[in-house]
Amino acid sequence: MAEVVSMPKLGFDMAEGRLVRWVKSEGETVRKGEVLVEIETDKATVEVEAAVSGTVRKHLVNEGTSVPVGTPIAVLGDPEESLDLESLGAAPRASSPETAVAPSRPGAAAEPSQPALILPSPEPAAGQVKASPLARRLAAERGLDLAAIAGSGPGGRVVKRDIQAALQDTPPGSGPVGETERIPVSKLRGLIGRRMTQAKQQVPHFYLTAEIDAGRLMALRQEWNALQPEGHKASVNDFVVKAAALALRQFPNLNASLEGQEIVRHGQVNVGVAVALEEGLLTVVCRDADRKSIRLISDEVREMIARARQGKVRPDDIQGSTFSVSNLGMFDIDHFIAIVNPPEAAILAIGSVRLEPVVEEGQVVIGQRMKVTLSADHRVTDGAEGARWLQVLRGCLENPLQLIL
Amino acid sequence: MAVITMREAISQALWEEMERDERVFIMGEEVGVWGGSYAVTKGFYDHFGPKRVRDTPIAEGVIVGAANGAAMAGLRPVAELMTVNFAFLAMDQIVNHSAKLHSMFGGQFALPLVIRTVGGAGRQLGATHSQTPDVVFAHFPGLKVVAPGTPADAKGLLKSAIRSDDPVMFIEHATLYQLRGEVPEGQILEPIGVSKIQRQGEDITIITYSKMLQTSLLAADQLAKEGIEAEVVDLRTLRPLDLKPVLESFKRTNRAVIVEEGWQSYGLGAEVAARLYEQAFDYADAPIRRVAQKEVPLPYNRTLEQLALPQVEDVVRAVRGVL
Repeated sequence: MAEVVSMPKLGFDMAEGRLVRWVKSEGETVRKGEVLVEIETDKATVEVEAAVSGTVRKHLVNEGTSVPVGTPIAVLGDPEESLDLESLGAAPRASSPETAVAPSRPGAAAEPSQPALILPSPEPAAGQVKASPLARRLAAERGLDLAAIAGSGPGGRVVKRDIQAALQDTPPGSGPVGETERIPVSKLRGLIGRRMTQAKQQVPHFYLTAEIDAGRLMALRQEWNALQPEGHKASVNDFVVKAAALALRQFPNLNASLEGQEIVRHGQVNVGVAVALEEGLLTVVCRDADRKSIRLISDEVREMIARARQGKVRPDDIQGSTFSVSNLGMFDIDHFIAIVNPPEAAILAIGSVRLEPVVEEGQVVIGQRMKVTLSADHRVTDGAEGARWLQVLRGCLENPLQLIL
Repeated sequence: MAVITMREAISQALWEEMERDERVFIMGEEVGVWGGSYAVTKGFYDHFGPKRVRDTPIAEGVIVGAANGAAMAGLRPVAELMTVNFAFLAMDQIVNHSAKLHSMFGGQFALPLVIRTVGGAGRQLGATHSQTPDVVFAHFPGLKVVAPGTPADAKGLLKSAIRSDDPVMFIEHATLYQLRGEVPEGQILEPIGVSKIQRQGEDITIITYSKMLQTSLLAADQLAKEGIEAEVVDLRTLRPLDLKPVLESFKRTNRAVIVEEGWQSYGLGAEVAARLYEQAFDYADAPIRRVAQKEVPLPYNRTLEQLALPQVEDVVRAVRGVL
């Protein structure tokens, strides 16, 4: 029986995907679970596995083409059976699929409700610039190339303010210092921009900073890593992930999402770890981090980061985080403040572990200190709760043996 | 300046015009002895007498038909239809006679007729008594269609309607009778076919009229708290439609939302948006949006009724959607 493979939805806000590469060619057999195709989403390139075994009978979408989620992209089946693409609902379409219109009931005067006011606009096709009529006119009058202007309107539409910004950016007279470059905003960059703007505008953040005595943690990590084979050493961040997860188990409001009138307290503690990439930033997700060993957390996160850097993340790598950790400790940063990553309710920003003069039993001695800052959504939790969470976190990190028990 | 209700403003306009011109008379259901279903003509019967304040049978075709004849014969009738929903019973008289007599008789007759009627939704009167079909009448050339949104405009526009030599549908919103506002005493005449900016702003143009003017002004106040300054243009007259202030505003703000109480399909929003695209396409910086009634016969249930009607939040959301 022939099976139609459709463009998968690899993230809650994914509207379309670009087919990067067919891993299995037409005529090749593929086993369930084998990688069939590589799809590029807003966030990353993802390897998509076959859901059934069979022979790749037909590719319906060429490499390099973007199609909306749900569009048939291939047919798997028995090499002998005859294919009727039409009856499979997989006939190649001339243009992008129209939204199906429900047939109206005969005699019914009432119509279904009007379309929602704000419809998400699909990304513009390559080579076609979306711009408002006003922006087009202004660009033409001022001799600006619309294609070189990043649109801030819905779906990347170039609007008046973008033209004004572009005019202000134009240097007054050509300087010998170097050429001004104009680089189109990449999909990932655009997504980060939209998400962070939304978070900063809509999430009422509050921030709590605490200084943690990292002396015992650093000592334990050294001992621990001495016992681990090469390639399996744990980072400070792995310990923080575990500590945060254990603390979150006790504070369901920080492991939560606001959905309309409800606070959703997630059953799982899935800690996202922010990963810096050349083209931007993404978050890989360590699932059930409260129930995993440091060893497992460390191995999983390391592998996911490696895949992310190669542009080969899997859908599960980047979905479903309930809380995030962002660590800039390796960059010699005192402390910093992160933006909450919706729909999560909180994020923890980790600074560097520093040697500092500290007072112990009336004596100034050299201590190791690490500053962490919790950013949280005030619609879901409050400062006092955040502070108590930090106390528990501090307890875990300052008595780190409990993290490996 | 006196602060009075829209009911009082309309009543004043009728009284003053009847005092001023003895050819002006009122006819309709319960307008005389009872004083009007909405108490607009209370006291008129005693003052002006049964000849000038005439109770009629419950027969809308007769009311408008007789008024057409009286107007052709030189009187200036103000025919009252208890609600605009009942105007459908007089549709042949209104659209085939009132709207066309002047033109079909080659200008031999003027038709100085006002059809005063009550429209609008929101009082739990059920689907057949809660309609806002104002645009239906505005569809027909030959009629003027006026629907005021403030007491001062109600007075000034009704006086102009009575003095107009053309047939005028004058549609009063049932929920606005208690609306209070400053109304100049005495002779105020507001011109028919002139839109008016009721609130100034630089960020977006809201185009509306009648009850939805009040809804839009509330929405504008709410938006102002977010730093969004909406300009609100009150059309006041649906035919002839004066888009000059709308175009001027739109060319400044580059964004528009049209708010009407009637259904969206084939409605005012469609008309205004089309004209803006035709006449100011190169000034549009975002799609023009429409806010209107849900496409259902209006429910009686209060919650459902309010859900189906455009609310302040709907306007706010539409504005945010295009900024």
